[in-house]
Amino acid sequence: MKMWKVSTVALIAILSAASSGWSEEVNGLRTVDEFDGFTDETARSQALFEEMAKVIQHPRCLNCHPADNTPRQGMEMRIHEPPVVRGDSGFGAPGMRCNTCHGSENVDYVSGDGSIPGHSPWMLAPIEQAWIGKTVAEICAQIKDPERNGGRTLAELHEHNAHDGLVGWGWTPGEGRESAPGTQELFGELTNAWIEAGAACPEG
Amino acid sequence: MYNLTVNNREVSVDVPGDTPLLWVLRDELRLTGTKFGCGVAQCGACTVMMDGMTRRSCVTPIEMADGAFVETIEGLDTPESQAVQAAWVANDVPQCGWCQSGQVVSATALLTEIPQPTDDDIDNAMAGNICRCATYQRIRKAIHDAASTLEG
Ligand code: FES
Ligand code: FES
Repeated sequence: MKMWKVSTVALIAILSAASSGWSEEVNGLRTVDEFDGFTDETARSQALFEEMAKVIQHPRCLNCHPADNTPRQGMEMRIHEPPVVRGDSGFGAPGMRCNTCHGSENVDYVSGDGSIPGHSPWMLAPIEQAWIGKTVAEICAQIKDPERNGGRTLAELHEHNAHDGLVGWGWTPGEGRESAPGTQELFGELTNAWIEAGAACPEG
Repeated sequence: MYNLTVNNREVSVDVPGDTPLLWVLRDELRLTGTKFGCGVAQCGACTVMMDGMTRRSCVTPIEMADGAFVETIEGLDTPESQAVQAAWVANDVPQCGWCQSGQVVSATALLTEIPQPTDDDIDNAMAGNICRCATYQRIRKAIHDAASTLEG
């Protein structure tokens, strides 16, 4: 009887180790070695970008990549309250710049739950880097295009995704906000693997 | 201990770092012109100038304001602030008055950057300053009047 118990425990341990090996995720984002099974490099690259898109299309990231002049808020991506505008350079309007309210770091409210997000700088992505309403394929083509990605080479794009502070805010969004999937480190690794596999874009 | 300049006066305050600048202004420095409305950056009543920009003091921990140059409604004294003040009086803008220090600070900041603002400029600059007495029409008129004074 005792032997049976021990072997059951061992079996469960083996099975759970195997299943985590089959699907290794960190905070909802698959790790790079999850994409080892592809024989076709282009297909692998496309799949890697699809995984990156889980981050890119998370509201934490989309909310400040609008295709109009208004940032969004919350998981439901509602219009920013109070009403604010993009303004010159994405920093808001004269008299009501983003940093009228958003400081250099997240600040917990003293009079209620939650926090106001912050980072230095705090700003909208330029309009040519708008993502809201775009397909993954459209965003992929846009991200590779120096005309629409801030003049970045693929290496610079990797650096941006892996180390930029405002990108990184997506994983430290402050009390009351869900973080983007994965970690910034993993997002950087996926970006690097996508580039090394040929930076292919998903179809459609 | 945090050191900052408030209305051209150097001050030091010994409070926990997460104390809002608004608390420091009102409770430590007794500058009660700046008001508390919401505490969550939604109303604009607590607006001050910090390093030349509008800033909601309710969401500004004092550690973020260390070394800053802060101006409150008590200290604003520029051609723009004087024009705003005169236009506010001439138009009888305030009703209960609670929101008005924030309104005046934002209006002054707008006119300092854009001497002749359009209605859109006014909407964009003032959208975060809520007035529960709905004095918005008088605020708009007073800003245009102040702009004319500055021009003239
Ligand atoms: S009290 Fe600061 S914005 Fe309302
Ligand atoms: S005058 Fe009463 S809230 Fe504005």
